[in-house]
Amino acid sequence: MSKANLLDRRQVVSTLLANRKDVVAIGGLGASTNDMCAAGDHARNFYLWGGMGGAAMIGLGLALAQPKTPVLVITGDGEMLMGLGSLATIGLQKPANLSIAVLDNEAYGETGGQTSHTSAAADLVGVARACGIKDACAISTMAEVEAFAKAVHDVSAGPRFANVKIDSASLERILPTRDGTYILNRIRGDLGFQPI
Amino acid sequence: MHAHAEAADTVPNWPDDIFATLQRFDVRQVPYVPDAGHSKLIQRVLASSTMRGIPLTTEEEGVALLAGAWAGGQRGALLMQSSGVGNCINMLSLIPILRFPFLTLVTMRGEWGEFNPWQVPMGSTTQGVFELSGVQVLRASNAAEVPAVLEAAASQAYNALTPTAVLLSQRLIGAKVFTK
Repeated sequence: MSKANLLDRRQVVSTLLANRKDVVAIGGLGASTNDMCAAGDHARNFYLWGGMGGAAMIGLGLALAQPKTPVLVITGDGEMLMGLGSLATIGLQKPANLSIAVLDNEAYGETGGQTSHTSAAADLVGVARACGIKDACAISTMAEVEAFAKAVHDVSAGPRFANVKIDSASLERILPTRDGTYILNRIRGDLGFQPI
Repeated sequence: MHAHAEAADTVPNWPDDIFATLQRFDVRQVPYVPDAGHSKLIQRVLASSTMRGIPLTTEEEGVALLAGAWAGGQRGALLMQSSGVGNCINMLSLIPILRFPFLTLVTMRGEWGEFNPWQVPMGSTTQGVFELSGVQVLRASNAAEVPAVLEAAASQAYNALTPTAVLLSQRLIGAKVFTK
C-alpha cells in the first residue's frame, strides 16, 4: 500500500546515481539491486542476488581497499536488519569513503510484503548512530536525497548513513545480470585490475 | 589459559609462521572474530603496517568483506574458531558465485581433549560444513607442519582461486583449560 508523502524508490535511486562519476554502487538483495539496474547499468554496479545481510560488508571491504573511491551501498530495510552487526563493524573502522542508503518501505517486498521491524520498532538511524556512524540521518524529501548524493563524493567525511522512507508500491522488475563473476570482474576491470 | 601440547610454558611460534606467510602473499585485510588460539596472530596483524585487522560481530561478515576487498583489488584472510563456521554457511555461497580468493584459518574446538561439551557438535561438523559448501580443507596438527600447510593453502587460494580452510587442530593450539 502506498502512503502519501513517501518517496518513490526508483526516483531516489536514480537521483543517488545521476551524477555518479567514479562511485562504486552495491545493491542489496531484493528490489534495491533492481532499482540500480533501472537507473542504468554500469560497470561499477555490484548487483547482489543473494548473500542477504552482506551488502554493507561488501561495501566496507571495497571502501578499505579503494580509499579514494566513493563506495555507496544501496539496500533495503530487511537486508540491513539481517546485517545489523555490520554497522558496528563499520562504526569501528570508520571508512571515510563509505556511504549507506537504506530504502525503507517497512516491509519484505520480495516475499509478499510482510511488515519488517522498522514498521513499528526498529530505528535504523538510531542503530547506525549508536554504532559510531555519526553522520546518520532520516531522509523524507528529494532535496535531502540530492544532498546525500552530493555528500557521497566526499571521501574524507564518511562513513555516512541515510534511511530513506519510500512507498511500498511494487514496481515492474528490471532485472540486472545475475552472473556473479561477470559483475565482480567488470568492477575490477574498471578499477584497473587484470584477471588473475 | 591454554595447555600447550608440546611446550607448556612457552609462547608458540607457529602464529609467526602464519603471519609471515600471509605477509608474503600480500594479504591486506584480516577480518576476525577473536579466539584464544588466534590471539598471537591477531596481535601481529594489528601491529602490522601492511595488514588491517578488522574485528567482526559475526563471522559471516568476514566472507562478505573479503568479496568486497577483492573487488577493490585486495586479498584477505578470515580468522575464526570452529563455532563460527556455522555462522558463515549462507554467506559462503558468495565464493563460487563471485569467484574471489578465499582463505580462512580456523582454530578448532570440540576435539582433542575438549572439556566443554557445547563445543563438540559444531567442532565435529566443521570440516563437513566446509566441504559441503565447496571449501577445501587442509589441517595442521603440530607446529612443525604449519609453514608447509599454510604455504599450500595460500598458494591454492590466491593462485588457483580454490576456496581453502586451514583447520588448526586443538592438538596444536592446546585444549582450553578451565580453572576456578
